[in-house]
Amino acid sequence: MSNFFGSSIGKKFLMSITGLFLVTFLLVHLSLNALLLVPDGGELFNAAAHFMATNPLIKLMEPVLGLGFLVHIIYASILTLQNQKARGNDRYASGNNTKNVAWASKNMYVLGAVILAFLVVHIANFWVKMKITGDSLLGHTHITVAGVETQVENAYALVNGTFGMLWVVIVYAIGSLGLAYHLTHGFWSAFQTFGLSNSIWRKRWTVIGTVFAWFVGIGFTLIAVLQYLFFQG
Amino acid sequence: MVQQFKKKSNMENSINLTLKVWRQNGPKEKGRFETYQVSNISTDSSFLEMLDVLNEQLINEGKEPVAFDHDCREGICGMCSLYINGHPHGPDDRVTTCQLHMRNFNDGDTITIEPWRSAGFPVIKDLIVDRQAFDKIIAAGGYVSVNTGGVPDANAMPISKADADEAMDAASCIGCGACVAACKNGSAMLFVSAKVSQLALLPQGKVEAARRAKNMVSKMDELGFGNCTNTGACEVECPKGISLANIARLNREFIKAKAQD
Repeated sequence: MSNFFGSSIGKKFLMSITGLFLVTFLLVHLSLNALLLVPDGGELFNAAAHFMATNPLIKLMEPVLGLGFLVHIIYASILTLQNQKARGNDRYASGNNTKNVAWASKNMYVLGAVILAFLVVHIANFWVKMKITGDSLLGHTHITVAGVETQVENAYALVNGTFGMLWVVIVYAIGSLGLAYHLTHGFWSAFQTFGLSNSIWRKRWTVIGTVFAWFVGIGFTLIAVLQYLFFQG
Repeated sequence: MVQQFKKKSNMENSINLTLKVWRQNGPKEKGRFETYQVSNISTDSSFLEMLDVLNEQLINEGKEPVAFDHDCREGICGMCSLYINGHPHGPDDRVTTCQLHMRNFNDGDTITIEPWRSAGFPVIKDLIVDRQAFDKIIAAGGYVSVNTGGVPDANAMPISKADADEAMDAASCIGCGACVAACKNGSAMLFVSAKVSQLALLPQGKVEAARRAKNMVSKMDELGFGNCTNTGACEVECPKGISLANIARLNREFIKAKAQD
């Protein structure tokens, strides 16, 4: 494996593998968010949040997830800078009129920046409050874990309170839209970079990727919107 | 048929054009666009023939003709280039500039003609760029060095029709560099992948497949070409329709080769 990660394909391999790792995280995240729509006053969601906060495997995965984001962002920056240099200093006066090139594929770095900006807001909204600063909404509540009544943080109240603000819902919709577009290209592109594609599988990965991208994007948005509209008060 | 032919020949037309052409005296000189008028260009002539008319005109006016690359003018040598109105090899599909005909343009059109733009292909003069980088990539491994002996019997080495077809499709790459010119990253992956694929798919080429993939990719990186982001602009603009599936194959070959190191 000498110099593999120094080569162009090696660097893209890192982008793809971290990208797909982040995709699996999205699936876990989305399924947990879906519990916000269970009309039980947040009991199930709080139980799930408690599980995520206490399970040792999840605790172990948290820094790995952070590292995944970091590698993805750092290598995206390195590759983008190299690519701009490779393009040369002169630009075409007649522009680029190539048809049938997906808009997202040409703007992955910009879309990534949109997602990163959203992530900052998102982490400040929830992660920081839950893990570091605490919040008045996080007052304790009781749930039953394996037959035992346990005192846990009321994560549902914090999420519900946050999604009660219209601007938050709008920011989430924009973030999810950026994510969806990012995935429409990123998903199939990862498999192409692994070499797991050909003329037939390219179409399949593109379809699977597009469906997945919009499922995730619309999923996150819809949960926030429904929370805003029907779960307040 | 006769009627159709007649109709077509009746459509033979001549057009007048405004050309915005990139002029640059040398590699280190600053370039600029010059505007020229050409008239009575037959719509049946090729783009390069139109440029020949322009150059005749410039010579008659005592000016320096526009330098551009060309050789076979049959669409097979890969020598002609030119970035025309936002497309490498112009707006028509699956043709090189020499096979682009003036019937693709309308009377009164303004056509912008530029050289390939990429750090890997520096401008030598006017519309001519230095594409030796491609030769260097080929020299790094785009060949078969095993001794294949005398001419074998045609059926001694069975090759599936599918593999033969794919290898032939990859081999149709003429190395013109349109992929690099179209790529927002100035990446040469489509070219390298075609050259790796045409050999990796056939028994004689498989012997050195691992070394070839590693050496050609390493040379490509060293020469300053960008990283592929799978946008697919190269495939759309390629005059030979080289498929992105070749890039997947190159990735596969390269990862496999590196894993064995």
